[in-house]
Amino acid sequence: MIENQTASGEAPLSPVIELAGADIVALRDGALCVLEKVEWTVRAGEFWVVAGQQQTGKSDLLMTAAGLLLPASGACRVFGCDTKNFGEAQLAERLRVGFVFPGGQLFRQLTVAENVALPLRYHKNLSAAEVAAEVAALLEQLELTPLAQSLPADLAAHWRLRAALARALILRPELLVLDHPLGGLGARHREWLRQFLDRLWRGQVWPDGRPMTLVVSADDLRPWADADKRFAVLHEKTFSVVGSWPEVACAQNLAVKELLAEPASAMN
Amino acid sequence: MKLEKDFDHSTARIYAVDMRGPLAESFILTKTPVFHRAPLPKTYTDFIGHKLFRFLLTIQGLGAFALITLGVLLKKQGVAREVMQPRVRQEITRAGVALLPMFLFVALALGFLVIGQTISALAKVGATNYLGATMVIVIVRELGPLLAAMLVLARVGTANVIELGTARALGEVEALEALGIDPVHYLIVPRVIGLALGIFALTIYLIIGSLASGYLFAFLQDVPLKPGDYFRQIAEALDWLDFALLAVKTIAFGFFIAVVTCYHGLAQPLRLEDVSRVAVRAVTQGVIVCVLVDAFFIVWYLLT
Repeated sequence: MIENQTASGEAPLSPVIELAGADIVALRDGALCVLEKVEWTVRAGEFWVVAGQQQTGKSDLLMTAAGLLLPASGACRVFGCDTKNFGEAQLAERLRVGFVFPGGQLFRQLTVAENVALPLRYHKNLSAAEVAAEVAALLEQLELTPLAQSLPADLAAHWRLRAALARALILRPELLVLDHPLGGLGARHREWLRQFLDRLWRGQVWPDGRPMTLVVSADDLRPWADADKRFAVLHEKTFSVVGSWPEVACAQNLAVKELLAEPASAMN
Repeated sequence: MKLEKDFDHSTARIYAVDMRGPLAESFILTKTPVFHRAPLPKTYTDFIGHKLFRFLLTIQGLGAFALITLGVLLKKQGVAREVMQPRVRQEITRAGVALLPMFLFVALALGFLVIGQTISALAKVGATNYLGATMVIVIVRELGPLLAAMLVLARVGTANVIELGTARALGEVEALEALGIDPVHYLIVPRVIGLALGIFALTIYLIIGSLASGYLFAFLQDVPLKPGDYFRQIAEALDWLDFALLAVKTIAFGFFIAVVTCYHGLAQPLRLEDVSRVAVRAVTQGVIVCVLVDAFFIVWYLLT
């Protein structure tokens, strides 16, 4: 088992996310507990894949881990700051976390470029030219330049996801959380996104070469097969850390086996 | 006879003593089965309790939301000016400038239908001396602001609920929070400012337009009243308190319409299919709140 290994194989770093005995509640129903007593630590530079079947609480867990949802009990700390205290004073900590929602959740009235520019314009005191330059550079990285002036409603799902990824990255967060990023994507876009996230994790996207901490959720483990990543599964209100890919591959856990199996439609 | 047999005297007595006092005691004393029907069936009490509880929760929610909005409005005045100023301008345009043609039409209609006829009626009985006071009470204090608020509620308030409810249902509010942007600051504050200033400005236009068109209608009916006399009477009937309270009242209308409509659109998680139902509820509550605010100002006028 590879303990707390970073992309560059360096020594363990400080915790980025810490969940201690956390009971996770559903976003749509605060009285519904979807996961009980979650113990989870994500360290700087790690790439975590949290997998589970539908309705196992992946989105709620990720939102809690990003500080967008409070646990019913237990503690959740992001960059050492308890999310119960996440307020205006902790804005700097909050902006170290980027979150990409499954459908992108772009703002419908704004174009792709305006969507991406919004966090920058809101939080940074930059001139219009500086904002435009940063947005253009990021859109270029994500191959979105031709769609910069399009509205979200006019885009296909994969382009919306890329725009949402650009919006989450514009503030250069240290932790990026992606909820079900490969869901509903075609093979070409899945592969592109997987490779882009790998490059992001290894620090090959930004000019300063800074690696990122990534957490993604999935309902299929196979696309994420990689010895350097770490895996956890959700099953019947339980969160279990499986470990690295070799441990996943030989796991006897029924939940893991289900997540490694071919979907029924593919087998037919 | 069956009623007599099933009648639980002990329960009735407790109810009588605790709830209805001497009047109910007299029923017990006469041993009539009337009291058997007196406690409301559980379904009625449940219904009334449910409605009352929901009403109190709504009051609490609206109050809390209004205070939060006011707090954010005052506390974050200088935050993200580059983003907020265009948004405020956009909302002022939407709740004010864009409604000008409709308000021009309503002002003409109000002038022709109400003011012109009032002038004619007063002229017929030789009571044109009361014209100024009547116009100020009816149009400046009551009808102008309330009508403007209702029209803006219908045109902009409804749109607010639908826009925000849809944004909430589609997860855009969570997306704002994920970006460290306060949804109240980004979504609500511009609407509050836009509605408050929009209703204030539109009320002024509505009052001026309806007074002018009213005189025009009277003039066409050969009412013996010179324009100078007409406007002098109105000017003499107005005092500084009318101007001050008109401003405060219209801004209060705008604030409360924004709070009620935004609260229903934003403050609770919705599904897309809930949006239309919530829009209806928000408009109903908006009307009630406007009437209550108006009643408050009537009391204020009467006391000052």
